[in-house]
Amino acid sequence: MILSLVILTITILFNFYRVVKGPSSVDRVQALDAIGINLIAGTAIFSVYLDTHAFFELILLIGILSFIGTIAFARFIERGVVIERKR
Amino acid sequence: MKPKPNDVILHTVTKLAAVIIFTFSIDLFWAGHHFPGGGFIGGLTTAAGIVLLYLSFDIERIQTNLPIDYKKMAALGVLISVATGMGGMIYGDNFLEQAFGYFDLPVFGETELATAVLFDIGVAFAVIGTAITIITSISEDEL
Repeated sequence: MILSLVILTITILFNFYRVVKGPSSVDRVQALDAIGINLIAGTAIFSVYLDTHAFFELILLIGILSFIGTIAFARFIERGVVIERKR
Repeated sequence: MKPKPNDVILHTVTKLAAVIIFTFSIDLFWAGHHFPGGGFIGGLTTAAGIVLLYLSFDIERIQTNLPIDYKKMAALGVLISVATGMGGMIYGDNFLEQAFGYFDLPVFGETELATAVLFDIGVAFAVIGTAITIITSISEDEL
């Protein structure tokens, strides 16, 4: 379990490199979404390690916020505004 | 004139995901007494669902279908919180004093009812109103 947590941490570091270095903003958004997925996996493994179910709602919450953030970035890249007044 | 963008997938996913997010926020709100959750995080999750609706559709359509003045909602939430906090002072206790008891309800069996839920409703209203007001006023940059 510790080994998988270490591997997830290394993956998040590689994704962070892509966030900083990324040639275009699409790469950065995809790397941020991948960081969110890795955080979910890390939380799940951590709750197995601690033998508790207190973090399950946290997993859902990270998923929802990562989803909304990705959609907001996609709208900003596509249209230039995040929330439109009239379509 | 820009061509009209086609976002059928986003609208379909939003109609499904918004229901899940609102249900999860209500679950977080009710779990708040002995488990992680409560008024603040329940209100924030509800605000996240409303922001998802705003992102997927536009402001005017949400305002016609969900006609809530969020500034008044924030003020009402603070009013509810303060009023229920002062409820303990009527019986000679401190401010924000709470009471709970065990009742035998028909369907649920023996349940614990606490007055802290009323305070949490006010907190949730204040959080929803503040978050949505901030986000919609930030988004209006060119008006």
